[in-house]
Amino acid sequence: MVLYALIAGVLIGLFYGFAALGLSLAFGVLRVVNIAHGDVIVLGSYLAYELSTQAHINPLFAIPIAVPLAVALGMAFYRFVAPSLGRSSDPEMVSLILFFGVSQVIEALATIGFSVNQDTLLTGPIGNGAVRILGQSFPNYYPAAAAVAVPGALLVMFYLYRSRLGLATRALMSSRADAMLSGIDVDRTSALSFGIALALAASAGALSVYVNGGVAPTDGPGLTTTAFAVVVIGGLGNPGGALVGGLVFGLAEQFAQSYEPNWAGLVPYVLLLAVMLVKPEGLLGRRVRYA
Amino acid sequence: MPEGVAGASGQRATRAQTWRRRGADVAAVLVPTVLFALARTVDSNLLLLVTIMVYVVLAQGVNVIYGFTGYLPFGYVGFFGAGAYGTYIAVAHLGAGAVEATVLGGVCAVLVAIVLIPLLRLRGAYFAIASLAAALALSSLVSNPSLQSVTNGPYGADLSQVFSSGGSYWTAVVIVAFAMLVVVVLRRSRLGLQLRAVRADQVSASYAGVNVVAARTGAWLLSALLAGLAGGVYAWAISTFYPTAVFDTTISLFAIVFALFGGVGTVLGPVVGAVVLYYVYNAIGVNDPQYFQLIFGVVIVVIALFLPGGLAAVLLGARRRLATRGADAG
Repeated sequence: MVLYALIAGVLIGLFYGFAALGLSLAFGVLRVVNIAHGDVIVLGSYLAYELSTQAHINPLFAIPIAVPLAVALGMAFYRFVAPSLGRSSDPEMVSLILFFGVSQVIEALATIGFSVNQDTLLTGPIGNGAVRILGQSFPNYYPAAAAVAVPGALLVMFYLYRSRLGLATRALMSSRADAMLSGIDVDRTSALSFGIALALAASAGALSVYVNGGVAPTDGPGLTTTAFAVVVIGGLGNPGGALVGGLVFGLAEQFAQSYEPNWAGLVPYVLLLAVMLVKPEGLLGRRVRYA
Repeated sequence: MPEGVAGASGQRATRAQTWRRRGADVAAVLVPTVLFALARTVDSNLLLLVTIMVYVVLAQGVNVIYGFTGYLPFGYVGFFGAGAYGTYIAVAHLGAGAVEATVLGGVCAVLVAIVLIPLLRLRGAYFAIASLAAALALSSLVSNPSLQSVTNGPYGADLSQVFSSGGSYWTAVVIVAFAMLVVVVLRRSRLGLQLRAVRADQVSASYAGVNVVAARTGAWLLSALLAGLAGGVYAWAISTFYPTAVFDTTISLFAIVFALFGGVGTVLGPVVGAVVLYYVYNAIGVNDPQYFQLIFGVVIVVIALFLPGGLAAVLLGARRRLATRGADAG
């Protein structure tokens, strides 16, 4: 049982880290908590679901379709709201309320488009068989989720730490004013980062339709809370921390489910509250401003 | 605050201004109370009226904590649920009467707020989401099968032994009056002044001798008390309920949107917001909740981007423009 919880925790934890990465990136660059993050994950899940049931292709193809769409939408949205937020006296609170509204709009549209009921994909991402790892048997979407999450996260890290735009993005994260002074096009970089953040959320959606046992329009806020817990555990605004947070979160959840299933539902919230109150900068946090 | 009384800043108000202000305060408490008391002669659906009053109280509670401190509680429903379950426990285990049980529901919410005081160390989005996590944790605790002997776990609470549609209605009217009184008094009180100072500039306020932590804690406990009383009277009025019904995060959503729509920081804004939007919800939202949610979402986006002061700011802005135009003409 220890071995099972350990492996499952790591596999699912990697997925959680990947699912939270976009939230962390958006916060790092824009200093905004995207309350609608979970709703974008839900949209990604629906794309995967429709591809599988209507077009009969592998749901993971949702990822290459969702990424350019999400980047374009994210950039357009940033251009639309940035002027209003810039004028506001309290941009943090106003953006929180704004994304809250966006989350409601997405949830309503998803309900109108796909009905309130939960939709479940019956075919797995790689067939239907179980996978055996070290003598333990897992549903095959566990390793599949991890197999998408790890290269996805590596790609983001490569972008952030090895590309010129990534350098500009990191400069923005540490100081918006200094980045502007050194000639970085702050608006363009922010818009692109927000687009990438949404693309990451939508990609995670193609996996979450399995990991969460299906998708329903009302799943958004729960997913946002989970992603937020993961990001806070690792350190908000630090993309590497999201992966560590995901692992801690995944392991805690799997161990709780194995040993205390009655109380397992409390784990994410208690973990989130404990980290926030004891070490608000997160396990890997360095210089985190209070939001 | 947009509704500030002219001449009150700095110099002492004249006697006429003082009396006009007192009159406005008394009217702000009495008018909604009397209107709700008379509403039953117009609309015979008492449960609907109680529900609207419950949202008026919740919107005022959000007004107290968000309007005066800038802390946005996404998990506000936690206090509502605590109030509902406090009332249930008081009736089922302590044998209390319904009115006493409703009061105990308020006390129960305040106790939860006391436990959650450390959350006030957080700010902005951290606080908003931490309060949501706390509410979800509380909900998961209350509905846990291991606590069946206390809360009846996920199987729901039954208060039908004390059901009284008239009794819960009049209690709700009294709670509305109390909520209006709390906001009016808070606006004029020393605590309200301190809170506004803290909100404007925390550091300067503390240099000026304001106990920032105590002032904020006061607002937090008051808003919890209002939500607890609202939860208690709601539990009494609907009689049987499941944990998912009284810990539904939609309740937080409604309370926050009603308050923002009407205008936080004002006395009557949240009341108008709650009554108008809940009637709209009742007209289209019950059958087609998704279309209502869409309208709701768009309203929130529009408020965030274009109308940060809500309805009150629009009306006051129009009045001010009219006044200046009149002064120019004369």
